[in-house]
Amino acid sequence: MTVATARPARPAAPDRTILLLLFFVMTSAALLVSHNGELLEQLGGLGRTLRNPIVEALMVSLFLANILFAHLWRAAPWAKALVGIGSLLFVLPMAGREDTSLLDLSIQIMIFAALALGLNIVVGLAGLLDLGYVAFFAVGAYAWGIFASPRFGEVLRYYGENPGATNAGTLAMGIVLTLVTVASLVVISRHNRRRAPTPATAWSFRLASVGLVAGVILTIRSILVLLSTRADSLANGIDPGFFWLFLALSIFAAAVVGVLIGLPVLKLKGDYLAIITLGLGEVIRVLANNLALYSAGSQGITPIKSASVPWFDAMAGALGFTEDQYYLLFLYALVLVMIGVILLVNVRLDKSRIGRAWIAIRDDEIAAQAMGVPLMQTKLIAFATGASFAGVMGMIFAAKQQFISPESFVLNQSIAILSMVILGGMGSFPGVILGAAVVTLLNLRILPGLGEATANLGIPQQVNPGQLQRLIFGAILVAMMLLRPEGLLPSRRRQLELHNDDNQEDESAQGNAGALNSASGDVYSAGFAPAKENDKAGGSR
Amino acid sequence: MSTLLPFLANVIVGGLVLGFVYAIIALGYTMVYGVLQLINFAHSEVFVTGAVVGFEVFRVLKDSSMNGYLKLIIALLAAMLVSGLLNVIIERLAYRPLRGAPKLVPLITAIGVSLILQDVLRVLEGFQGRFDLTYTLPAGFAGKFCGPESSCAGLGQFLVRIGIDLQLKDVILVIVSLLSLAVLNYIVNRTRMGKAIRAVAQDRVTAGLMGIDGNRMISATFLIGGALGGISGVLFGMKFGTINAYSGFIPGVTAFTAAVLGGIGSIPGAVLGGLLLGVLEKLIGVFNVFGDLLGIKNLAVIDDSYSKLGAFIALVLILIFKPTGLLGKSNVEKV
Repeated sequence: MTVATARPARPAAPDRTILLLLFFVMTSAALLVSHNGELLEQLGGLGRTLRNPIVEALMVSLFLANILFAHLWRAAPWAKALVGIGSLLFVLPMAGREDTSLLDLSIQIMIFAALALGLNIVVGLAGLLDLGYVAFFAVGAYAWGIFASPRFGEVLRYYGENPGATNAGTLAMGIVLTLVTVASLVVISRHNRRRAPTPATAWSFRLASVGLVAGVILTIRSILVLLSTRADSLANGIDPGFFWLFLALSIFAAAVVGVLIGLPVLKLKGDYLAIITLGLGEVIRVLANNLALYSAGSQGITPIKSASVPWFDAMAGALGFTEDQYYLLFLYALVLVMIGVILLVNVRLDKSRIGRAWIAIRDDEIAAQAMGVPLMQTKLIAFATGASFAGVMGMIFAAKQQFISPESFVLNQSIAILSMVILGGMGSFPGVILGAAVVTLLNLRILPGLGEATANLGIPQQVNPGQLQRLIFGAILVAMMLLRPEGLLPSRRRQLELHNDDNQEDESAQGNAGALNSASGDVYSAGFAPAKENDKAGGSR
Repeated sequence: MSTLLPFLANVIVGGLVLGFVYAIIALGYTMVYGVLQLINFAHSEVFVTGAVVGFEVFRVLKDSSMNGYLKLIIALLAAMLVSGLLNVIIERLAYRPLRGAPKLVPLITAIGVSLILQDVLRVLEGFQGRFDLTYTLPAGFAGKFCGPESSCAGLGQFLVRIGIDLQLKDVILVIVSLLSLAVLNYIVNRTRMGKAIRAVAQDRVTAGLMGIDGNRMISATFLIGGALGGISGVLFGMKFGTINAYSGFIPGVTAFTAAVLGGIGSIPGAVLGGLLLGVLEKLIGVFNVFGDLLGIKNLAVIDDSYSKLGAFIALVLILIFKPTGLLGKSNVEKV
């Protein structure tokens, strides 16, 4: 192996400001024209071509490529900002005004981008393969779905009819029990911090935890019973003004679920973690299917409200949006802000102490532990952060679809999100967003468009591209793993690491499969723990 | 009490029958894991492929006057051949190029292969206008193993007397499973190839130094694992009657749980885990009956729709308390 020599400095990329602006103007015009029904009527034959689903999908893809190019190309900062802001805040909503499905599509892309960013923290940064990620999405969706739909009234009615022995006295008891157990938990854990834990403290801690659960259940149950007289007034769900409270709550709830799931399972590594998270994801789905009182079972919950923001609606009205588009536009803006916040959080976390701890754990758990990284705590933070992004997006998803059912939270969704992360490049934020956009476009526009366009060409229904999502996902996963395991836009930190490491062959950073073939076991790939050829589980040595 | 005991006995026997199906699927996982330390997610689709092949054989032979057992043997052989070869091809194309890559890489590839196979199976059957494949079993297979009127002796009579209700296909299923276990045991423990496979599982590099071709042994393992998947697919189809391209997931995860429960990489462990999980799955439905008997409303809600949760909850508990499984050896981590 030759010693890695200093790489020749890359020639500076040519300045592409003009090209970027030109591309932006052209694709924006194409998008606006191709989604304007009236204009298309007037265009006649050209209009019919533009309405072809493949052409439409192409237009949308080209338009979204703007943002990618603004990120990739070397151009004047003002031009980049102009393209980004112009396309997201101006062109997309304007085209969406003519064609609501475009607004819907962009919200969907951003929801998946946020989910992929969340999973990227768990898989890409901390190296924990989570196949049940969609469970957190479901938590957020159901948290809002149950309360903002007629479901809540039904639940209250049920408790009104079956009060058991619950009354104000039980409520008081439940609250007292909760408070006492919380207090004793705090006291015991403080005690444990000062002195070594004894069996007695361990047992009393467990006892108090059981008491806490009982107290919380009692309290919630009696609150539900006491509220049951209001079942009729809540027949359409709670006031949409609670949206903001629930936005905060869904972040919190998903993070708590993330910690609760993470506490037992994060002791495990690699394959075991993958399979157990897959199992837990299924558990959540089975529960959603069977707890018919709360989740309406497989029928699903509908209609789910969105927030009502009068000034926003007024503004949308002034801009020429119709009334049934108000909530979509609102959610579009909200999701845009959320993506911004999530990206900011991601970038800050990545550069923080915790981000470095995650990467240390991903690269070598034992070495990280030896260096004083608290394993469990750091992994839990990764899990909870990823979960909280999914929770808030789940809530927005519920508000957008106005309908949720367990079908939306199946394993395939988890795998779709995983394939976004892998396709884009584990650990790389722009890459992950690109992956989300590509996969969502493929799923919602390109494949159905191809399917529609080829419907009359005599291709049998079974091999219609619109039906082959799994095949295409699978092919993406396999092809990426074989050809370019670090993704389309690998993270810069990963590249730098690879270039500065004397043990690495230089080409490995380029991600050719040849590097993976050499069984040195030293090849790094974004997000993957190094292979240990001799690490066998079967036989003890 | 007089109804409860036979009921419980039926549940346990039914669970054991189901457990044999899980055990044979679990062997496919555990063999691959033992050699490559890879969760072969595609195994559940290999198993469904076997089930589809079995369905086709039974369908084609439906009107022939051939003996029912002969049809079964043809179905089993065809399924073994197709699934085994499929597994070898998957290994050759999707896993071998990634030998030596970080562990997550082949794992994700396996997920991808499993997705591809699901759609391929759906398309292949869809061309003939089918989605849910309903097995047409030879006459008599679905009948009682030993009716009260028929003159049966020995074990059959004993089973009838204590009130256990078995179908002929259940008995066939158990016999086929036991036979394949015996054959597998012979191959792994008594033949040269089995010895070589075990050597590769222990340490591929050292085995290579001893003149064992690692890749060939891995292919052999995939062939055996796939053939077992084929057998279990046919058995699963016989047991449950219908199967479709996507129905591999739940039994696949259950079987993987069985493999982990017994200690992954251990062949007796996979069988033990499969049997335990089969019984556990049947027992969850019993809560419902107890709820009815005792008048506890909350218990009565727990019915068969929760039975799949049993496997997942068992998996969580096993992995938390004994990650090496019941019969697994502990693995000391080296830095």
